[in-house]
Amino acid sequence: MIRSDILKDIAPVISDQLVICNIGLPSQELHMIDDQPSTFYMLGTMGLSSSIGLGLALAQDKKVIAIDGDGSVLTNFGTLPTIANNVADNFILLIVDNGSYGSTGDQPTYAGKKTSLTKVAIACGCENVVECSAEDTKAELEKALAGNQMTIIVSKCESGNIPVPVITLDPVVIRHRFMETVAS
Amino acid sequence: MSVNEKIVSDLVANDVQFVTTVPCKQLAGVIDAIDASSSIHHVPSNKEDEGMGLCAGAFMGGKRSAIIMQNTAIGVTINTLATLTQFYRLPLPMLISYRGELGEPVACQVEMAVHTKALLAQLNVPTYHFHKEDDVEEFDKILKYTFMSNKPVAILTDASFWKGY
Repeated sequence: MIRSDILKDIAPVISDQLVICNIGLPSQELHMIDDQPSTFYMLGTMGLSSSIGLGLALAQDKKVIAIDGDGSVLTNFGTLPTIANNVADNFILLIVDNGSYGSTGDQPTYAGKKTSLTKVAIACGCENVVECSAEDTKAELEKALAGNQMTIIVSKCESGNIPVPVITLDPVVIRHRFMETVAS
Repeated sequence: MSVNEKIVSDLVANDVQFVTTVPCKQLAGVIDAIDASSSIHHVPSNKEDEGMGLCAGAFMGGKRSAIIMQNTAIGVTINTLATLTQFYRLPLPMLISYRGELGEPVACQVEMAVHTKALLAQLNVPTYHFHKEDDVEEFDKILKYTFMSNKPVAILTDASFWKGY
Protein backbone atom coordinates (compact mmCIF):
# COMPACT_ATOMS: atom_id res chain seq x y z
CA MET A 1 0.00 0.00 0.00
CA ILE A 2 1.11 3.55 -0.71
CA ARG A 3 0.12 6.71 1.20
CA SER A 4 -3.03 7.37 -0.83
CA ASP A 5 -4.25 3.81 -0.11
CA ILE A 6 -3.87 4.46 3.62
CA LEU A 7 -5.72 7.77 3.32
CA LYS A 8 -8.58 6.05 1.42
CA ASP A 9 -8.66 3.35 4.09
CA ILE A 10 -8.77 5.72 7.07
CA ALA A 11 -11.00 8.42 5.49
CA PRO A 12 -14.23 7.06 7.05
CA VAL A 13 -12.54 6.88 10.47
CA ILE A 14 -11.24 10.47 10.43
CA SER A 15 -14.05 12.22 8.53
CA ASP A 16 -15.68 13.58 11.69
CA GLN A 17 -12.42 14.23 13.57
CA LEU A 18 -10.22 17.32 13.68
CA VAL A 19 -7.37 16.62 11.28
CA ILE A 20 -4.21 18.59 10.53
CA CYS A 21 -2.92 17.31 7.20
CA ASN A 22 0.65 17.55 6.01
CA ILE A 23 1.76 19.83 3.16
CA GLY A 24 1.85 18.71 -0.47
CA LEU A 25 0.51 15.44 -1.77
CA PRO A 26 -0.95 14.18 1.55
CA SER A 27 -3.24 17.23 1.74
CA GLN A 28 -4.02 17.07 -1.98
CA GLU A 29 -4.88 13.38 -1.77
CA LEU A 30 -7.05 13.70 1.34
CA HIS A 31 -8.79 16.72 -0.18
CA MET A 32 -9.59 14.69 -3.31
CA ILE A 33 -10.63 11.55 -1.39
CA ASP A 34 -12.85 13.19 1.24
CA ASP A 35 -12.81 16.96 1.70
CA GLN A 36 -14.05 17.93 5.15
CA PRO A 37 -14.28 21.31 6.90
CA SER A 38 -12.80 19.55 9.92
CA THR A 39 -9.52 19.13 8.04
CA PHE A 40 -6.86 21.84 8.14
CA TYR A 41 -4.90 21.52 4.93
CA MET A 42 -1.34 22.77 5.13
CA LEU A 43 -0.58 24.63 1.91
CA GLY A 44 2.92 25.59 3.03
CA THR A 45 5.42 25.23 5.86
CA MET A 46 6.88 21.73 5.67
CA GLY A 47 7.32 20.03 9.02
CA LEU A 48 4.79 21.78 11.22
CA SER A 49 1.79 19.43 11.05
CA SER A 50 2.65 17.83 14.39
CA SER A 51 3.31 21.23 16.00
CA ILE A 52 0.00 22.71 14.80
CA GLY A 53 -1.75 19.53 15.93
CA LEU A 54 -0.17 19.60 19.37
CA GLY A 55 -0.99 23.28 19.86
CA LEU A 56 -4.59 22.59 18.87
CA ALA A 57 -4.83 19.57 21.19
CA LEU A 58 -3.40 21.50 24.14
CA ALA A 59 -5.82 24.40 23.58
CA GLN A 60 -9.11 22.48 23.52
CA ASP A 61 -10.60 19.10 24.44
CA LYS A 62 -11.64 17.52 21.12
CA LYS A 63 -9.46 14.79 19.68
CA VAL A 64 -6.89 15.89 17.11
CA ILE A 65 -5.20 13.76 14.48
CA ALA A 66 -2.08 15.20 12.87
CA ILE A 67 -1.18 13.39 9.67
CA ASP A 68 2.54 13.76 9.11
CA GLY A 69 5.23 12.15 6.97
CA ASP A 70 8.66 10.77 7.75
CA GLY A 71 10.37 13.50 5.74
CA SER A 72 8.39 16.21 7.51
CA VAL A 73 9.16 14.82 10.95
CA LEU A 74 12.84 14.72 10.01
CA THR A 75 12.56 18.39 9.02
CA ASN A 76 11.09 19.33 12.41
CA PHE A 77 12.80 16.80 14.68
CA GLY A 78 12.48 19.11 17.68
CA THR A 79 8.76 18.40 17.69
CA LEU A 80 9.13 14.94 19.26
CA PRO A 81 10.63 16.10 22.60
CA THR A 82 8.01 18.87 22.74
CA ILE A 83 5.23 16.34 22.20
CA ALA A 84 6.73 13.95 24.77
CA ASN A 85 7.03 16.62 27.44
CA ASN A 86 3.66 18.31 26.86
CA VAL A 87 1.32 15.34 26.94
CA ALA A 88 -2.09 15.92 25.38
CA ASP A 89 -4.16 12.76 25.69
CA ASN A 90 -6.49 14.00 22.94
CA PHE A 91 -3.60 14.04 20.45
CA ILE A 92 -2.79 11.38 17.86
CA LEU A 93 0.20 11.79 15.56
CA LEU A 94 0.02 9.56 12.50
CA ILE A 95 3.35 9.44 10.73
CA VAL A 96 2.93 7.94 7.26
CA ASP A 97 6.44 6.57 6.87
CA ASN A 98 7.08 5.68 3.25
CA GLY A 99 10.82 6.28 3.51
CA SER A 100 10.74 9.03 0.92
CA TYR A 101 10.06 12.67 0.24
CA GLY A 102 6.93 11.87 -1.74
CA SER A 103 5.82 15.34 -2.79
CA THR A 104 9.18 16.20 -4.30
CA GLY A 105 9.76 13.08 -6.38
CA ASP A 106 10.28 10.21 -3.95
CA GLN A 107 13.85 10.99 -2.98
CA PRO A 108 14.80 8.60 -0.16
CA THR A 109 14.75 9.81 3.46
CA TYR A 110 16.98 8.59 6.26
CA ALA A 111 13.85 7.13 7.91
CA GLY A 112 13.82 4.61 5.08
CA LYS A 113 17.45 3.75 5.81
CA LYS A 114 19.05 3.40 9.24
CA THR A 115 16.91 5.83 11.25
CA SER A 116 13.84 4.46 13.03
CA LEU A 117 11.31 7.20 13.82
CA THR A 118 9.63 4.80 16.23
CA LYS A 119 12.82 4.45 18.24
CA VAL A 120 13.50 8.19 18.02
CA ALA A 121 10.02 8.97 19.36
CA ILE A 122 10.52 6.53 22.24
CA ALA A 123 13.98 7.96 22.96
CA CYS A 124 12.46 11.45 23.05
CA GLY A 125 10.14 10.32 25.83
CA CYS A 126 6.93 9.60 23.94
CA GLU A 127 5.15 6.92 25.96
CA ASN A 128 2.67 5.35 23.57
CA VAL A 129 4.37 4.74 20.23
CA VAL A 130 2.98 2.14 17.85
CA GLU A 131 4.66 0.99 14.66
CA CYS A 132 2.38 -0.81 12.26
CA SER A 133 2.02 -1.90 8.67
CA ALA A 134 0.03 0.16 6.19
CA GLU A 135 -2.68 -2.52 6.28
CA ASP A 136 -3.08 -2.23 10.08
CA THR A 137 -3.14 1.58 10.19
CA LYS A 138 -6.92 1.93 10.18
CA ALA A 139 -7.29 -0.49 13.10
CA GLU A 140 -4.53 1.22 15.09
CA LEU A 141 -6.12 4.61 14.47
CA GLU A 142 -9.51 3.32 15.62
CA LYS A 143 -7.87 1.93 18.75
CA ALA A 144 -6.14 5.24 19.45
CA LEU A 145 -9.39 7.16 18.94
CA ALA A 146 -11.21 4.82 21.32
CA GLY A 147 -8.55 5.31 24.00
CA ASN A 148 -7.66 8.38 25.98
CA GLN A 149 -3.91 8.39 25.67
CA MET A 150 -1.66 10.41 23.44
CA THR A 151 -0.56 8.06 20.67
CA ILE A 152 2.08 8.20 17.98
CA ILE A 153 1.47 5.78 15.11
CA VAL A 154 4.29 5.12 12.67
CA SER A 155 2.71 3.52 9.64
CA LYS A 156 5.27 1.82 7.40
CA CYS A 157 4.18 1.87 3.77
CA GLU A 158 5.56 1.86 0.25
CA SER A 159 6.51 5.04 -1.54
CA GLY A 160 4.53 6.16 -4.54
CA ASN A 161 2.09 8.82 -5.64
CA ILE A 162 -1.13 9.16 -7.59
CA PRO A 163 -2.02 12.10 -9.84
CA VAL A 164 -3.97 14.69 -7.84
CA PRO A 165 -5.07 18.27 -8.46
CA VAL A 166 -3.64 21.05 -6.30
CA ILE A 167 -5.88 22.56 -3.63
CA THR A 168 -7.35 25.86 -4.81
CA LEU A 169 -9.25 26.64 -1.60
CA ASP A 170 -8.20 29.98 -0.17
CA PRO A 171 -6.18 29.52 3.04
CA VAL A 172 -8.46 31.88 4.95
CA VAL A 173 -11.45 29.76 3.92
CA ILE A 174 -9.65 26.61 5.11
CA ARG A 175 -8.85 28.27 8.41
CA HIS A 176 -12.31 29.78 8.87
CA ARG A 177 -14.31 26.63 8.27
CA PHE A 178 -11.84 24.64 10.37
CA MET A 179 -12.17 27.04 13.31
CA GLU A 180 -15.97 26.94 13.02
CA THR A 181 -15.80 23.14 13.29
CA VAL A 182 -13.47 23.34 16.29
CA ALA A 183 -15.81 25.75 18.05
CA SER A 184 -19.00 23.84 17.19
CA MET B 1 5.21 47.08 38.44
CA SER B 2 8.35 45.65 36.84
CA VAL B 3 8.69 45.40 33.07
CA ASN B 4 8.27 41.62 33.27
CA GLU B 5 5.13 41.93 35.40
CA LYS B 6 3.72 44.56 33.03
CA ILE B 7 4.29 42.32 29.98
CA VAL B 8 2.62 39.31 31.60
CA SER B 9 -0.20 41.44 32.96
CA ASP B 10 -0.90 42.90 29.49
CA LEU B 11 -0.82 39.43 27.89
CA VAL B 12 -3.36 38.17 30.43
CA ALA B 13 -5.53 41.28 30.08
CA ASN B 14 -5.61 40.68 26.31
CA ASP B 15 -6.68 37.07 26.83
CA VAL B 16 -3.41 35.55 25.62
CA GLN B 17 -3.57 32.09 27.17
CA PHE B 18 -0.85 30.20 25.28
CA VAL B 19 2.77 31.31 25.04
CA THR B 20 5.71 29.47 23.53
CA THR B 21 9.28 30.52 24.19
CA VAL B 22 12.80 29.92 22.98
CA PRO B 23 15.16 31.42 25.52
CA CYS B 24 17.53 34.38 25.34
CA LYS B 25 19.56 35.78 28.23
CA GLN B 26 17.70 39.09 27.93
CA LEU B 27 14.35 37.32 28.12
CA ALA B 28 15.10 35.09 31.12
CA GLY B 29 13.07 37.23 33.54
CA VAL B 30 9.97 37.50 31.37
CA ILE B 31 10.09 33.77 30.57
CA ASP B 32 10.18 33.01 34.31
CA ALA B 33 7.21 35.33 34.81
CA ILE B 34 5.29 33.62 31.97
CA ASP B 35 6.04 30.23 33.48
CA ALA B 36 4.82 31.38 36.89
CA SER B 37 1.52 32.75 35.55
CA SER B 38 -1.46 30.53 36.25
CA SER B 39 -3.39 32.22 33.42
CA ILE B 40 -0.92 31.27 30.70
CA HIS B 41 -0.14 27.82 29.31
CA HIS B 42 3.60 27.94 28.68
CA VAL B 43 5.08 25.47 26.19
CA PRO B 44 8.80 25.88 25.57
CA SER B 45 9.73 24.99 21.99
CA ASN B 46 13.00 23.81 20.50
CA LYS B 47 12.96 26.07 17.47
CA GLU B 48 11.01 29.19 16.66
CA ASP B 49 9.25 27.86 13.56
CA GLU B 50 8.04 24.92 15.63
CA GLY B 51 6.78 27.46 18.16
CA MET B 52 4.86 29.33 15.46
CA GLY B 53 3.21 26.02 14.51
CA LEU B 54 2.18 25.48 18.14
CA CYS B 55 0.80 29.03 18.26
CA ALA B 56 -1.19 28.49 15.04
CA GLY B 57 -2.76 25.33 16.47
CA ALA B 58 -3.53 26.92 19.83
CA PHE B 59 -5.13 29.94 18.16
CA MET B 60 -7.34 27.73 15.99
CA GLY B 61 -8.24 25.86 19.18
CA GLY B 62 -9.61 29.07 20.65
CA LYS B 63 -6.64 30.31 22.66
CA ARG B 64 -4.86 33.52 21.74
CA SER B 65 -1.17 32.76 21.51
CA ALA B 66 2.17 34.56 21.47
CA ILE B 67 5.83 33.72 20.93
CA ILE B 68 8.88 34.97 22.82
CA MET B 69 12.15 34.58 20.93
CA GLN B 70 15.50 36.12 19.95
CA ASN B 71 16.00 38.20 16.80
CA THR B 72 18.59 35.75 15.45
CA ALA B 73 15.67 33.40 14.83
CA ILE B 74 14.06 35.70 12.25
CA GLY B 75 16.22 33.83 9.74
CA VAL B 76 14.70 30.45 10.49
CA THR B 77 11.10 31.66 10.66
CA ILE B 78 10.70 33.56 7.40
CA ASN B 79 9.03 30.69 5.56
CA THR B 80 6.69 29.97 8.47
CA LEU B 81 5.78 33.64 8.86
CA ALA B 82 4.97 33.91 5.15
CA THR B 83 3.28 30.57 4.43
CA LEU B 84 1.53 29.85 7.73
CA THR B 85 1.06 32.91 9.92
CA GLN B 86 0.51 35.46 7.15
CA PHE B 87 -1.01 33.16 4.50
CA TYR B 88 -3.75 31.95 6.87
CA ARG B 89 -4.06 35.42 8.48
CA LEU B 90 -3.22 34.36 12.02
CA PRO B 91 -2.52 36.97 14.69
CA LEU B 92 0.81 36.47 16.46
CA PRO B 93 2.50 38.84 18.87
CA MET B 94 6.26 38.19 18.71
CA LEU B 95 8.16 39.54 21.70
CA ILE B 96 11.72 39.51 20.42
CA SER B 97 15.00 40.24 22.19
CA TYR B 98 16.94 42.59 19.93
CA ARG B 99 20.45 41.33 20.44
CA GLY B 100 23.37 43.09 18.77
CA GLU B 101 22.30 46.64 19.72
CA LEU B 102 24.04 49.20 22.00
CA GLY B 103 25.48 47.46 25.05
CA GLU B 104 25.94 44.16 23.23
CA PRO B 105 29.13 42.35 24.32
CA VAL B 106 29.00 39.56 21.71
CA ALA B 107 30.18 40.68 18.27
CA CYS B 108 28.42 37.92 16.36
CA GLN B 109 25.02 39.14 17.57
CA VAL B 110 25.53 42.34 15.58
CA GLU B 111 25.61 40.33 12.36
CA MET B 112 21.89 39.46 12.65
CA ALA B 113 20.99 42.76 14.33
CA VAL B 114 21.88 44.66 11.15
CA HIS B 115 19.44 42.50 9.17
CA THR B 116 16.62 42.30 11.71
CA LYS B 117 14.56 45.37 10.81
CA ALA B 118 15.22 44.96 7.08
CA LEU B 119 13.93 41.38 7.12
CA LEU B 120 10.82 42.31 9.10
CA ALA B 121 10.21 45.25 6.75
CA GLN B 122 10.63 42.99 3.71
CA LEU B 123 7.98 40.68 5.22
CA ASN B 124 5.64 43.63 5.91
CA VAL B 125 5.56 42.67 9.58
CA PRO B 126 4.48 45.67 11.70
CA THR B 127 7.49 46.28 13.93
CA TYR B 128 7.87 48.17 17.21
CA HIS B 129 11.15 48.84 18.99
CA PHE B 130 11.31 49.13 22.80
CA HIS B 131 14.46 51.09 23.70
CA LYS B 132 13.47 52.91 26.89
CA GLU B 133 11.69 51.33 29.84
CA ASP B 134 8.61 53.51 29.35
CA ASP B 135 8.16 52.06 25.85
CA VAL B 136 6.53 49.05 27.50
CA GLU B 137 3.48 51.28 28.03
CA GLU B 138 2.62 50.64 24.35
CA PHE B 139 2.59 46.85 24.76
CA ASP B 140 -1.12 46.69 25.57
CA LYS B 141 -2.03 48.69 22.45
CA ILE B 142 0.28 46.57 20.30
CA LEU B 143 -1.46 43.39 21.47
CA LYS B 144 -4.87 44.87 20.66
CA TYR B 145 -3.56 45.94 17.24
CA THR B 146 -2.23 42.42 16.57
CA PHE B 147 -5.54 40.71 17.30
CA MET B 148 -7.46 43.40 15.41
CA SER B 149 -5.34 43.02 12.28
CA ASN B 150 -4.78 39.21 12.30
CA LYS B 151 -1.09 39.66 11.54
CA PRO B 152 2.21 38.69 13.08
CA VAL B 153 3.57 41.77 14.83
CA ALA B 154 7.15 42.14 16.08
CA ILE B 155 8.17 43.92 19.27
CA LEU B 156 11.96 44.30 19.32
CA THR B 157 13.34 44.79 22.82
CA ASP B 158 16.96 45.89 23.07
CA ALA B 159 19.59 45.82 25.83
CA SER B 160 18.85 49.41 26.87
CA PHE B 161 15.21 48.47 27.42
CA TRP B 162 16.21 45.47 29.55
CA LYS B 163 18.86 47.53 31.42
CA GLY B 164 21.72 45.33 30.32
CA TYR B 165 21.99 42.30 28.14
